[in-house]
Amino acid sequence: MNSAATITPTASTETPQVGISLRNLYKIFGPTPEKFIGAVREGMTKQELLDKHNHVLGLRDVNIDMRPGGIQVVMGLSGSGKSTLIRHINRLIEPTAGEISVGDVNVLELGSRALRKFRGEMTSMVFQKFALFPHYTILENTEYGLRVKGISRKKRHEEAMRWIERVGLSGYEKKYPNQLSGGMQQRVGLARALANETPILLMDEAFSALDPLIRTDMQTILLDLQQDLGKTIVFITHDLDEALRLGDRIAILRDGEVIQQGTGQEIILSPADAYIANFVKNVNRGRVIRCRALAQPGEAIDGPNLNANTVLEDAARIMNAEGKDQANVVTKRGRLIGTVALSAIIGAMIPPQDPPQDPPQDPGS
Amino acid sequence: MNSDTLRQLRRFVDMEFRSFTREYGGMLEKLFEPLGDFLLFSERLLTQSPWPMVLAAILFAVWVTSRSLKIVLGTAATLLLIGYFGMWQDTMRTLAMIVASTLTALTLGLPIGIVMSRSDRLQRWLTPALDVMQTMPSFVYLIPVVMILGIGRVPGLLAVVVYAIPPIIRFTNLGIRLVAKDVLEAAEAFGANGLQKLFQVQLPLALPTIMGGVNQTIMMALSMVVIASMIGVPGLGQPVLKAISNQYFTQGVLNGLAIVGIAIVFDRASQAYGKRLQRHLEATHE
Ligand SMILES: Nc1ncnc2c1ncn2[C@@H]1O[C@H](COP(=O)(O)OP(=O)(O)O)[C@@H](O)[C@H]1O
Ligand SMILES: [Mg+2]
Repeated sequence: MNSAATITPTASTETPQVGISLRNLYKIFGPTPEKFIGAVREGMTKQELLDKHNHVLGLRDVNIDMRPGGIQVVMGLSGSGKSTLIRHINRLIEPTAGEISVGDVNVLELGSRALRKFRGEMTSMVFQKFALFPHYTILENTEYGLRVKGISRKKRHEEAMRWIERVGLSGYEKKYPNQLSGGMQQRVGLARALANETPILLMDEAFSALDPLIRTDMQTILLDLQQDLGKTIVFITHDLDEALRLGDRIAILRDGEVIQQGTGQEIILSPADAYIANFVKNVNRGRVIRCRALAQPGEAIDGPNLNANTVLEDAARIMNAEGKDQANVVTKRGRLIGTVALSAIIGAMIPPQDPPQDPPQDPGS
Repeated sequence: MNSDTLRQLRRFVDMEFRSFTREYGGMLEKLFEPLGDFLLFSERLLTQSPWPMVLAAILFAVWVTSRSLKIVLGTAATLLLIGYFGMWQDTMRTLAMIVASTLTALTLGLPIGIVMSRSDRLQRWLTPALDVMQTMPSFVYLIPVVMILGIGRVPGLLAVVVYAIPPIIRFTNLGIRLVAKDVLEAAEAFGANGLQKLFQVQLPLALPTIMGGVNQTIMMALSMVVIASMIGVPGLGQPVLKAISNQYFTQGVLNGLAIVGIAIVFDRASQAYGKRLQRHLEATHE
């Protein structure tokens, strides 16, 4: 799927799209990580490493291919290594072992000057607590990346103003960050990252500090922008709904290890273990699973034609309205993929039963 | 340690130091000559210009730093009273001394503080040294300085600087270390190099703290005025010294009050300036 994904039809930008690949990435925090890398490779647990050697396991054997122009979500609970992982991509953190490549750049080979150039030209970052420069105005914040790159004042003002407008903050450019609400501050954070026009956008729990409503707003803004920009976005979150809404692909991290990766639908339909199953149990499956996943190969039948990307909830609504209990699943161009029965749709929308060891459920609920 | 070895030790150190002084004293004097020239220049500027002009210039400077009419008026009243009681010349000499020693302390202390903020090891070594410098009775500084450079303005200035420099170093170090890590990381993520991080993020954000250090340095320099006058630094300290030896109570009090007056002016103006620097931190969203 990697080669097919290299071309993203929605993108209309001058910036080239690049993929990111992490290979066998290990990170151990502590004074002498190289001493313990062998033991960790052979399976020493995070707890053991901490108890016996007082080192913290940040990442263990992480392998992720992030496709160009897609939104890769990395999800996990607090302390699972998400921030550590994303900081390896622009090498704010040095790995203990492994490989990192961005496009055809081997990031670990870069000298300090080349690394700074790489950061300025290839990656931009949005932070959980915004990390705006409190002593700079919104305009000065937004143009910071361009200023570091030595772009003339006039040019960077123009660029920055364009992005301030784009995130809906026109008129605020002379204000200081502390004069803005959290949601507005993070728009500045986004504008500051976008003004750099880098092909990669790194977002470390960028919306986690925001109220739910504002958070949804920001997700919409990001998705809208992504329609035009087609950047490679790495989005960190601990929130499954956010992951499912934004992520083309999702990687789930636990104790520094990737325990499952795939599309949201794949993860929901076949969780890799009980931990993930428990995680996805309460998701509204009807809004995530698409008809394609349920299509049974076969001849066209009498029923409505459903686009393969229709989510189950919509499919059920359409079939119900037409009074049919079967439908054809077709591609955007109208080619038949297979058929789906209403009973299968309803079956898939019902969350799976809790594992037997859980306490019995109240039969009325 | 018995008294004999102690005496020998003392003699040894003193001899060594004396021979060091004989050898390098002249060279060191040359080295500090520009400092003396600068001090003399500012002293002449302040004492020989017509007083209304000097007064206006000082008030203007206070206004620029504090932007507070109250502080400007207070300064005017203080200076006029000082003039009325005939202490203008001495006050101006002290002022020149304070400005010169503060500037010297700043030019030396800022870089030291910056380097100290970057190295935990240096911080471990410097902190006790600074403690000693600050708690050592200030008279003690006079001894080696006088031995090397003799008596006069420059040795006085040096003694003041040694005594008054610790706050600048400490507060610069502290201010830079207190800069939020995530903001610094943001600069780094956008490709900033070490100097860019220092001048665009660390120093501006540490500035309010550094101003606190400047304020303390000025206060400590002022507290050294009388002591420095013992080795020939002209200014308000001289009449105080005379007042002590001749038991001129009123003269002592008046000159003492003049020092207090200047201290308050410096304190209020530099604090108001520090507050103004923090404006962007106070403006909160509602
Ligand atoms: N600089 C560091 N030194 C030691 N341990 C660290 C450091 N940074 C992160 N860790 C540890 O690495 C693990 C992963 O942290 P982090 O990547 O911040 O998790 P997340 O972002 O998923 O909450 C945690 O156990 C954390 O305590
Ligand atoms: Mg984190």
